[in-house]
Amino acid sequence: MKNIAITRLAPGLSRRAMVLLAVLLAALLIAPWFVGDYLITVLIVIFYLAFTGQAWNIMMGFAGQLSLGHAIYAGLGAYVTAALFTRFGLSPWLGLLVAMPIAAACGAIIGFLAFRFGVAGVYFAILTIAFAEFARIGFDHLTIVNASAGLFLPVAQYSHNDLWRLRGNPTMFYYVMLAATAAAFVLCNALLRSRMGYFWLAIREDEQAALAAGINTFRYKMYAVMISAAVTSFAGVFYAFFYNNLFPEQVFNISRSIEMILGPIIGGVGTLFGPILGAFVLTGLAESVTSALAAFGVDLPGAKQIFYGICLLIVVVALPEGIWPWLASRLGIKGRSS
Amino acid sequence: MGVDVYLNVAVAGVLTGLVYGLMALGLSVIFGVVRIVNFAHGEMMSVAMYIAVVLFSTLHLDPLIMLVPIAAVMFVLGYALQAGLINPFITRPEHSQFLLVVALAIIIVNALLIIFGPDARSVQTSYAYDSFELGPVIVDASKCYAAAAAIVVSAVLFVFFRSTLIGKAIRACADNYTGALVVGLNVKHLYALTFAIGAACVGAAGTMMTLITDVTPALGPGYTLLAFVIVITGGLGSMPGALIGGVLIGLTEAVAGLLFTPSAKSMFAFGILVIVLLFRPQGILGRRLT
Repeated sequence: MKNIAITRLAPGLSRRAMVLLAVLLAALLIAPWFVGDYLITVLIVIFYLAFTGQAWNIMMGFAGQLSLGHAIYAGLGAYVTAALFTRFGLSPWLGLLVAMPIAAACGAIIGFLAFRFGVAGVYFAILTIAFAEFARIGFDHLTIVNASAGLFLPVAQYSHNDLWRLRGNPTMFYYVMLAATAAAFVLCNALLRSRMGYFWLAIREDEQAALAAGINTFRYKMYAVMISAAVTSFAGVFYAFFYNNLFPEQVFNISRSIEMILGPIIGGVGTLFGPILGAFVLTGLAESVTSALAAFGVDLPGAKQIFYGICLLIVVVALPEGIWPWLASRLGIKGRSS
Repeated sequence: MGVDVYLNVAVAGVLTGLVYGLMALGLSVIFGVVRIVNFAHGEMMSVAMYIAVVLFSTLHLDPLIMLVPIAAVMFVLGYALQAGLINPFITRPEHSQFLLVVALAIIIVNALLIIFGPDARSVQTSYAYDSFELGPVIVDASKCYAAAAAIVVSAVLFVFFRSTLIGKAIRACADNYTGALVVGLNVKHLYALTFAIGAACVGAAGTMMTLITDVTPALGPGYTLLAFVIVITGGLGSMPGALIGGVLIGLTEAVAGLLFTPSAKSMFAFGILVIVLLFRPQGILGRRLT
């Protein structure tokens, strides 16, 4: 029975891929009963990166538009819902209805300006950074959200979980983010197999040819940016309510954007499992390096990042397509673009 | 505030902008020829800055004297980097190149952090507080020397690319990769040479920058972005464009820092970038994009 339900949720995946997915999901669903708070928090970070990676992948992996400024969408989502919550007590779920259109509009503005004026490739990537940096410095001086002093949410009481207001213990956040990551996977799978998804792939492979084939490339690139932005804004909402504090210097920082895209690139750009696998690998790596260094009594700030950087180098040199395409062919689940 | 204040700030901005321009020139050469998005550019500059600071604090070698030796060291490092690591990535997609360079940037920043710690370091030259008086304008001597050095290095580079055979060969690679291969140019070697020249440029710029500002390991990413803003504003592939872009951004930041708050100044640099990208995507002096 379960298998049939999953088949419907993820059409087009090979049988082995679905079994793998079902096992993974089942393991993650029962994980909170078996692992401690530390691992739960690590898994939350993994889901967060898998989710944002999936969202970024819509734009880069599917439609071929390299964005290096995705922090702006997460940041907008975080600030809009947090401001509405602290000022008016509005539930983040309702705030999301405000934040998503705002993020999508922001993506539309960037996309419109770039695609209309023929700004593409590296230039487009730099433009996205410029907007994100613009937002960072702008929010740093925006007194309505406390500028650089930061916006704080009342700290969650761990006594009871309030899903409606997203106040509660890590386990609640764990399930929220797990559900979001699963939803993003299902959404991306559906998008990839939709008419629009095929148009995106055509644009990614050869925009001129897509244009010649009668695809309105401007419109479909706009859809890609807007959907990607709207999905990413939810990650920002989660960030705000999980960490309870927002500083423009952190939320809009370019390292946030880079964090988001490392996972999918390492895992495999344009694949559905790539962002998830990449998030697991990168976070797992970072955490094991931390504990390994602690075990050896090394206390050098920066040592962890250097090791991390070296691992990135090795992966990108050895597996140009990312880990997933390589792993998938090893596991014998080499499905088309999955 | 009188006009004098604005004039003083503007002159200081232009002088700093010339050093920015030299830094961006290095990026422009790399970006224009090798087509690699060098996101470790600012990090490479901070390496040069640390070399200059260490040489000064241990051996009391003035950054102005060390300009050429440090640039030479960066040249060698740049050549090795391109020949050893980046060359195989030339034909890879942009995001793959980006990841490679970002990994390098992460390693550089944190290696500097481990070696030198997070605190700011600076060079205290004997002429640090000297200044020239030109009518109402008081010009910082250090900034003058730095800007003059930037102009000299840029001029040398300009002559190199215009007049020497190797310079012409590199420009040929930039114009047409396949064509350069067909006529028998050793493109890989020329690419490595180009990256080395770019690294030497940023090395010279970094050495001069120590006369103007302090250095911390965290400085790199900011300079990387700044270099990109300048190159795209000035025009990709245009050497005078990089200098003009540098002056424009230096001037804008200085005046914006005076008119608004200094912390908001980079917002205006990014604002200029957005305007340029929208209305003249090829940059102020760039050739039309095809």
